[in-house]
Amino acid sequence: MSTVIETKGLVKRYGRHVAVDGIDLSIGKGEVFGLLGPNGSGKTTTILLLLGLTEPTAGSVSVLGLDPLRQPLAVKRRVGYLPDQIGFYDALTARENLNYTARLAGLSGAEAGPRIEEALQRVRLGHAADRRVATFSRGMRQRLGLAEVLLKKADIAILDEPTSGLDPQSTQELLELIGALSREGMTIVLSSHLLAMVQTVCTRVALFSRGRIGLCGTVAELTSEVLGGTHVVEVEANGVDLPAVLADAPHVVGVAQLAPGRWRVDTDADARPEIARRVVSAGGALASMSIRQTTLDEVYVRFFEAEEGKQNEAA
Amino acid sequence: MRQREGSPFTGLSTVALKEAADHMTSARIHLVMLLVLLTAIGAVYAAIGQIRDTVSEDAFLFLRLFSTAREPLPSFVAFLGFLLPLVAIALGFDAINGEYNRRTMSRILSQPIYRDGLLTGKFLGGLLVIAICLLTLWLLVTGLGILLLGLPPSGEEVVRGLAFLLASFVYAGVWLAVALVFSTLFRSPATSALATLTVWLLFTVFWPILAPLIAGALAPVDIFDPTTAIARVEVEQVISRLSPNTLYGEMTLALLNPETRSLGLVFAHQLSQALIGAPLPVSESLMLVWPQLACMIAALVVLFTIAYVAFQRQEIRA
Repeated sequence: MSTVIETKGLVKRYGRHVAVDGIDLSIGKGEVFGLLGPNGSGKTTTILLLLGLTEPTAGSVSVLGLDPLRQPLAVKRRVGYLPDQIGFYDALTARENLNYTARLAGLSGAEAGPRIEEALQRVRLGHAADRRVATFSRGMRQRLGLAEVLLKKADIAILDEPTSGLDPQSTQELLELIGALSREGMTIVLSSHLLAMVQTVCTRVALFSRGRIGLCGTVAELTSEVLGGTHVVEVEANGVDLPAVLADAPHVVGVAQLAPGRWRVDTDADARPEIARRVVSAGGALASMSIRQTTLDEVYVRFFEAEEGKQNEAA
Repeated sequence: MRQREGSPFTGLSTVALKEAADHMTSARIHLVMLLVLLTAIGAVYAAIGQIRDTVSEDAFLFLRLFSTAREPLPSFVAFLGFLLPLVAIALGFDAINGEYNRRTMSRILSQPIYRDGLLTGKFLGGLLVIAICLLTLWLLVTGLGILLLGLPPSGEEVVRGLAFLLASFVYAGVWLAVALVFSTLFRSPATSALATLTVWLLFTVFWPILAPLIAGALAPVDIFDPTTAIARVEVEQVISRLSPNTLYGEMTLALLNPETRSLGLVFAHQLSQALIGAPLPVSESLMLVWPQLACMIAALVVLFTIAYVAFQRQEIRA
């Protein structure tokens, strides 16, 4: 897998405020890479740095082997960008809007026509192509923005908060589209603070915190790194001391009491049969047991709790 | 220094044509144009009436169309001096901050163009609309003149008319650049519109009042020394010439009234053996307005540079 985006020690300061504080990223071709973090943690600034829309204070960026500061036109020709809170010229129709960007991208009228048609069909806006964008809903605008990325036939698509403000159905459609594009070989970088959504489409994610990358890896790697397990089993049982019983059980990485008679067990596999057997053989009465996969939200919350802890210790 | 690759003017014509098309179809510009058109036709119609009534014989009858006023209406030229800035301001006040407010800026700049192309394209788009508007007006006035006066303009009148057209174009360009500067400096279109209108009011209404006051403070007149009086007048002239309106007024005066021999003080000894009231040839009149024209072009370039520098340093994220 070849690397298409690489940053080394990227720093961006606005006056005294440090927006991005030493970011090292390496994104391979065909990946769906998620930049996750709370608002103001440096995701959008990182994206602008990748596109060469703002200059880094220190560090270097390489996109497709090109320097976005030195060769911005070459980079921007091959990278599509869907900004956060996208806007269009309301007085123009969807087709006219796309036609304008197609011309800016250097496409001739003859080339642009079929491509615009194809892109609009792809995002299912074919029926609204000649309507003024002023009448479009948020979801339609978002899809139109994606059509613009498709139109350029970009190698890399950078999507900033693509699903923010969308209803669940539009979100699902958008995610399906992103998945389809990725299968066609497009590299996709997306930022979000909606972790559950990212979990389903991203091959790798980076957790941002105060301008730094706290963690980077696949979702499974992150959950096992931060929480130790990939699954959560909730156990309700009476007459048993669960932590003692599960002390040396395989696959169990942690036990925490939620309430009297209720525990949360972190595991790195489905350990329900083992837990049940141990509870029963210890003479306990097993009332209920449920299992679910660990979500990124939990990783996120736990990770930032730990960060806060470290900060407080340092202070 | 590392150099960036690719032409800064990629996409320039695309932006310019799109801007011009947008202006041509926007209700705002339609209104302003309608206003200009109606006042212009009114002024010229009144001028024709005045010319018929008073002038029996005149070598430059056609030029009188532009500069003759009939009470209570001002002349066509005076109207243009007043309204052209308004047209330019309407075209430019939200050029840059409008893109931020529509949230189209980052989307457009993520296309393979430089910021140079966007800013210059917007300026050229506005200039194109102004050029079309002025040419239409000029042709309309000429056509009205031919129809109602019943005689064609002479070659010299056409040349002077074209020079006047160019002067008006540069004058409107200066105001477009002022609007562009404010649209870059302020993020809110309402603020930039107000700021531009303030500058316009300052130069149109208050500058003629302020110039003598400032000159009086800078160069007091000593009644026993006549040279101080001359100094005072010269200082006043320099100050009033800081206003593009003054420069435009002087240019139209020299171009449309061929008898104009000087735009400053004239002393009696300079007029010895002169034929008072005899017209200057076109080339002499052009020489006369050359400094004014050069100053206005310089002002335009300086203003555009300010907008350019401000825009290049701006952060894209709103």
